[in-house]
Amino acid sequence: MPDYKAPLRDFRFLLEELLDAGAIQALPGYGEATPELMATVLEAAGAFVEKELQPLNRSGDEEGSVLANGAVTTPKGFKEAYAKFIEGGWTSLPCDPAHGGQGLPKMLHIAVEEMICSANLSFGMFPGLSIGAYNALLLHGTEEQKRIYLPKLVSGEWAGTMCLTEPQCGTDLGLVRTRAEPQPDGSYRITGGKIFISAGEHDLTPNILHLVLARLPDAPAGTRGISLFLVPKILLEADGNLGARNGVTCIALEKKMGIHASPTCQLAFDGATGWLVGHPHKGMSAMFTMMNAARLAVGVQGLGVAEAAYQGARDYARTRLQGRSPAGVAAPDQPADPIIVHADIRRMLATIRARTEAGRALALWIGRELDIAEKHPDAGMRQAADDLVALMTPIVKSVLTDIGHEAANLGVQVWGGHGYIRDNGMEQLARGARITESDEGTNGTQALDLVGRKLGLHTGRLLRQFFHPVGDCVEAASAKPEMAEFALPLAKVFARLQQTTAFVAELGLKDPEAGAAVAPDYLKLFGFTAFAYLWARMAEVALAKEAGDNTGFYKAKLATARFFMERLLPEHAASFAAIMAGKGALGAMEPAIF
Amino acid sequence: MKVLVAVKRVIDANVKVRVKTDGSGVETANVKMAMNPFCEIAVEEAVRMKEAGVATEIVAVSCGGASCAETLRTALAMGADRGIHVQTDLALQPLGVAKLLKAVIEKEQPKLVITGKQAIDDDSNQTGQMVAGLLGWAQGTFASKLTVEGEQLRAKREVDGGLETVLLKLPAVVTTDLRLNEPRYASLPNIMKAKKKPIEALTPDALGVDPTPRLTVLKVIEPPKRKSGTKVKTVAELVEKLRNEAKVI
Ligand SMILES: Cc1cc2nc3c(=O)[nH]c(=O)nc-3n(C[C@H](O)[C@H](O)[C@H](O)COP(=O)(O)OP(=O)(O)OC[C@H]3O[C@@H](n4cnc5c(N)ncnc54)[C@H](O)[C@@H]3O)c2cc1C
Repeated sequence: MPDYKAPLRDFRFLLEELLDAGAIQALPGYGEATPELMATVLEAAGAFVEKELQPLNRSGDEEGSVLANGAVTTPKGFKEAYAKFIEGGWTSLPCDPAHGGQGLPKMLHIAVEEMICSANLSFGMFPGLSIGAYNALLLHGTEEQKRIYLPKLVSGEWAGTMCLTEPQCGTDLGLVRTRAEPQPDGSYRITGGKIFISAGEHDLTPNILHLVLARLPDAPAGTRGISLFLVPKILLEADGNLGARNGVTCIALEKKMGIHASPTCQLAFDGATGWLVGHPHKGMSAMFTMMNAARLAVGVQGLGVAEAAYQGARDYARTRLQGRSPAGVAAPDQPADPIIVHADIRRMLATIRARTEAGRALALWIGRELDIAEKHPDAGMRQAADDLVALMTPIVKSVLTDIGHEAANLGVQVWGGHGYIRDNGMEQLARGARITESDEGTNGTQALDLVGRKLGLHTGRLLRQFFHPVGDCVEAASAKPEMAEFALPLAKVFARLQQTTAFVAELGLKDPEAGAAVAPDYLKLFGFTAFAYLWARMAEVALAKEAGDNTGFYKAKLATARFFMERLLPEHAASFAAIMAGKGALGAMEPAIF
Repeated sequence: MKVLVAVKRVIDANVKVRVKTDGSGVETANVKMAMNPFCEIAVEEAVRMKEAGVATEIVAVSCGGASCAETLRTALAMGADRGIHVQTDLALQPLGVAKLLKAVIEKEQPKLVITGKQAIDDDSNQTGQMVAGLLGWAQGTFASKLTVEGEQLRAKREVDGGLETVLLKLPAVVTTDLRLNEPRYASLPNIMKAKKKPIEALTPDALGVDPTPRLTVLKVIEPPKRKSGTKVKTVAELVEKLRNEAKVI
């Protein structure tokens, strides 16, 4: 079974050496977030997930969450682990001190979330959803709602959910049917059925705060008529104590491909009491303001699985003995060599690693921009950071969940047939990673968001925040001979991204269907460019430090950077060709053909 | 009752230790360091005593280079109230540490001193005993259970023959064994609070102690690699090998 160890060295490399985490400390409110403090927090979180969450991953998946008489029981050990999790204060990490939070940077939270998802993706769903509910209330709740509910979400005493999906309503939220009728006391009666609600019912917390999309009686059709409501599982007495059960019931759990420990619930709202969050009919725009954080978080789930798959595959490749190295026998005293001697095994390990480490750099970079967008004293800096986050969010979500799934798949492959055996824990990673590509906006939806919304926003203003640093990096790297092996491939992919950006923008204007047809490949090409950029920057840091380093860390970084440039980046040519084909043959594949 | 715990910074238990190429010691540059696990148990025990209302204040002490402050922060995050860092870049040995601790103890006047039974880097298993000896205090080493009973301390000790219970007169020195407790995780709020707790910096000079090493390390080498075995075909071959190769008969 994979034995996950938190990649603390890589986190420190990224925070301290690549992304200048010291600058985060300079932001108002983050004075305490010194690099040392962040390292301490990462270490403590790593110890917790390794020892408390990881041991429940396999058993939790086997056992699953179970529904009986409307109550969901989580797998053995989850309740105790959650109690320790909130006792450790982990739910409060990025939250506002005004509501009991620790007020630590989002960037740090992203790193901690990655570790949680590596150790136990199902467990990570619970605090993940709570943070979504926290953000919704923080940004759109009334003062009273915030006062009553936020401290409970921050402490983890209560959990949260996001109730969007209905049987007829998935990607297209304009199809929401759940109704909300105003009551004389200012509350609303919520009636309707939601499906696929993660953590919709469970035994980890005595109360659950559902954030529900529903329609008011006078609502216009489509997305312009959706409002957001807060519906607690248990209503509160006047004194704040838990009172009567509200009219929301879990009527079924989905039987799923993976993350069995996470209860995915069908919820029936039967005249449940709720309160409006934000303005009437403005539920969609409320969702949009918290969407970036939620989508980044799902990307990080994929990243977490990728790291777990890497470690599981690497450790196995060192111990499994099969065949002899074609380069000459490596372990003469053993009946066969460890499979890590085989080039194909190392190709797979290197592939996972090169994507995972670049993915981590991307997630933390955008996490840092999220912090800057929120805290920087200068409005221009805030706007620039916000632009970059908006632009990169669909890319982070889509690329990182794809690499999570592909990494898990390669991890299974490294284990050979043993990877297909449940007890060995590798196939669980593949099943778990798969959902991240489909939920929180499918990856197809992310590509449409990038091409249909983000590219054109403010006449292309968002793009500048990515194109400028990459252009600067190409220029600076080209001036250094030792950087040539990284600068050249980066320059090439960047030129193609620029070329296709102009092409796609024009194509989309002329023929929206053509723009949509090339969107997934354009997103991929964007991802390749981001990875090439980050690998070039990481290589630059590593080149300067390789000589004086006895641990092999920088040597491995450079080797991985070279592997990325030489073996993975060339794949971008396929995306380039696909984009330049436009709607082409795909346009001719009309529905009737299938 | 004031409790003083001594904490040592060592190479993290998960790190594969490498000997320096010149044989002068083990490689510590760029190596992950952590609090000695037995010292973690010592801090945990003190924190539990405080939670039980037995201890009133916990002072954590560490002797060594600048980075020991990080180890003290870990102790503070676990629940110690303040830290004392005796700063020196000398390669400390148990006797030197014991003398430094004695000086700090005389200054702080705790009723109970808890140390790990040994540090996982040099496995000396001496410091706690030396501190007790230098102070003339009672000692309860390898403790797996501690109960304070008024002015006395009952300590269950893990000894070769099994378990031994001793009753110590306070003040006393205790060294911890593995089964004394399971140290807690540092919680996020406590990590944050630890940042604000004071760490006092002292020097051996200020304490009037000379901790210069008295023992000289001649050479550090890796343990020999275990060679893989061979199968012998006959008894005669075995005897021949034992006689001529192993030279044991
Ligand atoms: C395990 C799990 C947990 C979940 N947790 C939650 C939760 O907590 N809360 C919640 O509200 N929901 C949750 N969901 C629901 C999830 O967010 C939806 O499944 C997802 O949004 C996709 O909706 P759908 O399944 O209806 O697919 P559809 O919307 O029916 O999409 C089917 C396919 O069509 C494509 N498609 C759809 N519209 C377009 C378009 N306009 N252009 C191009 N392609 C399009 C999609 O990309 C997809 O490939 C969860 C789902 C699962 C499986």
